[in-house]
Amino acid sequence: MSDSSIVVDNITKTFGGVVANKDVSLKVKKGGITGLIGPNGSGKTTLFNSIVGHHPIDSGSIKFEDQEISTFRVQQIARLGLLRTFQQTRIYGKMNCVENMLISIPHRKTGFWDMFASRDSETQENADRLLEFVGLYEKRWLRAGDLSFGQQKLLEFAMALMNEPTVLMLDEPTAGINPTLINGLIDRLKRANEEFGITLFVIEHNMRVIMNLADHIYCLAHGQMLAEGKPDEVQNDQRVIDAYLGAH
Amino acid sequence: MNTGFAKSVLYVCVLALGIFLPIIFPAYIGQMTLLWLMVIFALTWDILGGQMGYNSLGNIFFFGVGMYAAAMIQVSMYYDLAEYTSPAGGGIYEFSFSQYFTGMTVGFTVAALVSVVFAIILGRLVFGLRGPYFAIGTLAIATVAGELVSTWELVGGGGGLSLPNFPGEPSGSRTLFYSMMFLLAIATFSFLKWLYSTRFGLAINAIRDDEEKAEGMGIRTLQHKTVAWSISAFFLGIAGAIFGNFNNFIEPLEVAFPTTTFGIFMVLMVLLGGKGTLWGPVIGAVLFHIIKELTWTYLLGWQWVALGVLIVITVVYFQQGIMGWLMEKYPHWFGIRVEGAKQRLSDMMDEAAK
Repeated sequence: MSDSSIVVDNITKTFGGVVANKDVSLKVKKGGITGLIGPNGSGKTTLFNSIVGHHPIDSGSIKFEDQEISTFRVQQIARLGLLRTFQQTRIYGKMNCVENMLISIPHRKTGFWDMFASRDSETQENADRLLEFVGLYEKRWLRAGDLSFGQQKLLEFAMALMNEPTVLMLDEPTAGINPTLINGLIDRLKRANEEFGITLFVIEHNMRVIMNLADHIYCLAHGQMLAEGKPDEVQNDQRVIDAYLGAH
Repeated sequence: MNTGFAKSVLYVCVLALGIFLPIIFPAYIGQMTLLWLMVIFALTWDILGGQMGYNSLGNIFFFGVGMYAAAMIQVSMYYDLAEYTSPAGGGIYEFSFSQYFTGMTVGFTVAALVSVVFAIILGRLVFGLRGPYFAIGTLAIATVAGELVSTWELVGGGGGLSLPNFPGEPSGSRTLFYSMMFLLAIATFSFLKWLYSTRFGLAINAIRDDEEKAEGMGIRTLQHKTVAWSISAFFLGIAGAIFGNFNNFIEPLEVAFPTTTFGIFMVLMVLLGGKGTLWGPVIGAVLFHIIKELTWTYLLGWQWVALGVLIVITVVYFQQGIMGWLMEKYPHWFGIRVEGAKQRLSDMMDEAAK
């Protein structure tokens, strides 16, 4: 067993003539928090989508816990314990928060007849605890679609935790959240990493957040890996600064 | 709380009506058999259409499949089917009491199973389709089935076939089929009430709200969709078998696969009552059946126009249905609330008063 959870090796993904990812390689360290940054349109979300099996890749290999997953489908990969959240928050809008949580149980642990399982108090308590953790306990009987955008992000995060993933990939967790809530969210992400032992892989635009959070950062630009390293190394890398200021 | 008591009163009332109405008004027993059939139609359509967000226009297919499967078994257990249905046959076919009921038991069981098998096989094909494509794909299944059976000589083709006659008084047969349809409606309702309380109910709701998210969370979506359709097919198959015997004569286009009448009614009833709820389809079915019978009685000649107007009004202006409207108007009746909101409000009042 290597100490990397996800190993992406030389993957390329094109949409028609547009090269979204070109020979991208990276490693997500087990138990750590890895960041992925890059200007708009640099291929971050495409890379996420490739990893979780949302679309097939053109070439290269993706390994999760030493298992090749580049040909697997979304549900299979999710059931391996590799989960992602969406940039455009996705929750089940017409169901209330508790129901959203109860259906987010780890489906890799369920068999055919578990489909018809009744609600049990253990799952219920777990859901309540996690809703409390993200600060939505009082709103738990509201329909998820009636929550504010920021609250929906928190709910999506809680649902992901409910799934007990080994690796959680977050696509811009702080986008659209008001600045006072962001600190609380960073704290919760760190706690999820430390207390629940979930490896995090985070796309983030907010430099303050990612520098605070990640222990290792990759920077994509124009679909290619531009730089990697510790947060302060990446922050001071001239190529990264140029990419963000548009010198490329 | 009082709601629990109110609910049990409601259940007792419905049961009492179902049992005593046909005794008080024996002339209307056929109408009431149809009413329970409508309730079954609406409840089974809502599994996919309301709870799972897949608008099927072809659920009537399973109704016809069940009807034909049962009829074929009931006849062929005792006579040669080809001879029975041949236009030149003209023989006398009698079924004794035990033959009649044995055939029915076996026939109904096979009807349910064949419908489920069809649902599993066809599910593989149509669940790749989404939105309007799913609706059109399923409609095609039902329409094609009707046309195919029309050309199938073994079961009488477009001329249809008669079912075994009830060995006894005609009133006995009416009571029998009324009871069967009533019990099936109760069974369907109870089963779905339980089903929606399990994890399965949550999972199909999740598929309705955001299927891509559901896949991303690892829910086995195809498995859930197939099982949901199979449950629908199971109850519709039995309903078709009962209705075929109740009608005593079946033919493909008007009775077994009537996509333009029953097939559309089931959608309309659910929309009227409120989709995605347990009681919505029941209320919608009862209301629809009453409206339909009234227009047939008092607006004869204009009944289809009246029905068309009802469809347009429901679809254009009242999509949420009765239950959906209640839910918007009185969300707290359905448990949608903020915990401690009242307490916080009074705290704020106190604060302001200081």
